[in-house]
Amino acid sequence: MMRHVISIKDFSRDTIDGILDRAAELESIASGGSSNILSGRILATLFYEPSTRTRLSFDSAMKRLGGNVIDFGSIEVSSIAKGENLADTISVLSGYADAIVLRHPREGAARMASEFSSVPVINAGDGAGQHPTQTLLDLYTIRKESKLNGVKIALVGDLKYGRTVHSLAHALSMYNSEMYLVSPEQLKMPDSIKDDLTKSGTKIIETTNIDDAIGVVDVLYLTRIQKERFPDPAEYQMVAGSYKVTKDTLKEVKDDLIIMHPLPRVNEIDSDVDSTRHAVYFRQSFYGVPVRMAILSMVMA
Amino acid sequence: MTVQSKELRVRRIKNGTVIDHITAGQALTVLRILGITGQSDEVVSVVMNVSDRKKDIVKIEDRELDPEEVDTIALISPDATINIIRDYKVAEKHEVILPQHIEGVVRCMNPNCITNTDEPALAGFEISRGKGVELRCVYCGKVITDQIADFLI
Ligand SMILES: [Zn+2]
Repeated sequence: MMRHVISIKDFSRDTIDGILDRAAELESIASGGSSNILSGRILATLFYEPSTRTRLSFDSAMKRLGGNVIDFGSIEVSSIAKGENLADTISVLSGYADAIVLRHPREGAARMASEFSSVPVINAGDGAGQHPTQTLLDLYTIRKESKLNGVKIALVGDLKYGRTVHSLAHALSMYNSEMYLVSPEQLKMPDSIKDDLTKSGTKIIETTNIDDAIGVVDVLYLTRIQKERFPDPAEYQMVAGSYKVTKDTLKEVKDDLIIMHPLPRVNEIDSDVDSTRHAVYFRQSFYGVPVRMAILSMVMA
Repeated sequence: MTVQSKELRVRRIKNGTVIDHITAGQALTVLRILGITGQSDEVVSVVMNVSDRKKDIVKIEDRELDPEEVDTIALISPDATINIIRDYKVAEKHEVILPQHIEGVVRCMNPNCITNTDEPALAGFEISRGKGVELRCVYCGKVITDQIADFLI
């Protein structure tokens, strides 16, 4: 049985597969159905920084399972504003709910919260740290829309600071994957992560040119490149432009290539790609609901 | 007679602890780890850059350090040896053993880590030995390697 969901690194491949299987069972309820699997249960959401999509995705997941949601952010903003620490807030909140979803700007916040909570804590992002439900929904998308075991994937964009790609790369290293790491020189994947990947037997190919990867991969995973990372705006424009995917870019790709993006996109993907069979990013975002349903039902079982 | 015992003889102490084979230049950091500040009563001698800068030695009179308190020394000086001296003789000798886990000794180098706030999260690390000693923060996952001495609490 799962208790807390803090980091994808806490999970074995078996546990991950179990979550993805459960999500597959729940997907039909997620798309317009209802159930009473968690009726009478209460989920608390506690967001110290706004992430409306993630919060609403949990909200939707809990309600599809027949449960209730209380949002600590809106009912008790005052105590946080008064400077109550996170540990105390968690101790109080675990008396009101059967599980807590936490988003916090500090790395390690969810781990600490789990030590003070009498109910399961689900990490919905801790600073530049972990966001395990995002990783799980990415894995679910790959499994559903492509193939997970042995996947050839290109991770594109900001690989230096992007926690999403760090966690995804770690998780994929359990699935015999082959990874193209495509990024500008100044935003390369950190050595520590590359070392871990290599140790796990993952084949990695580093490049700054998206053309090296786009024709051979099963999955193109795009992420935002933030302006703030570049001192020179002109350089940003040039770099960001070179990773932009348009219908033209996709002329010589595998038929069953899928394109993923954690959204919101800025200008990484031209809107003319949306209507192609390759675009799965909106479904990817929807898959967050069944995956979070699976997690909620497992931690509150 | 070995070089080491000759050196131990240079300034012999009657009772106490001699920490030998400290990585050169780290003797003062070792004292910090042991909480020896000069405010306490022990008579302490420090010899730095012995044998052509190969090592430092610390001698603490009339105090026998227990193995657990000295194992933290392994973080910055993994080859150090501890000699317990009784009546001018080495009564016990052991090597420091790198602990697998430490708490409250080093702070996390990630300024945005939850342990670097007023929250009740005590900095804790899983320790492994790769190229050097590596400390991985149990909260944020950040790894400290060669700058451990800079982050001692
Ligand atoms: Zn930390």
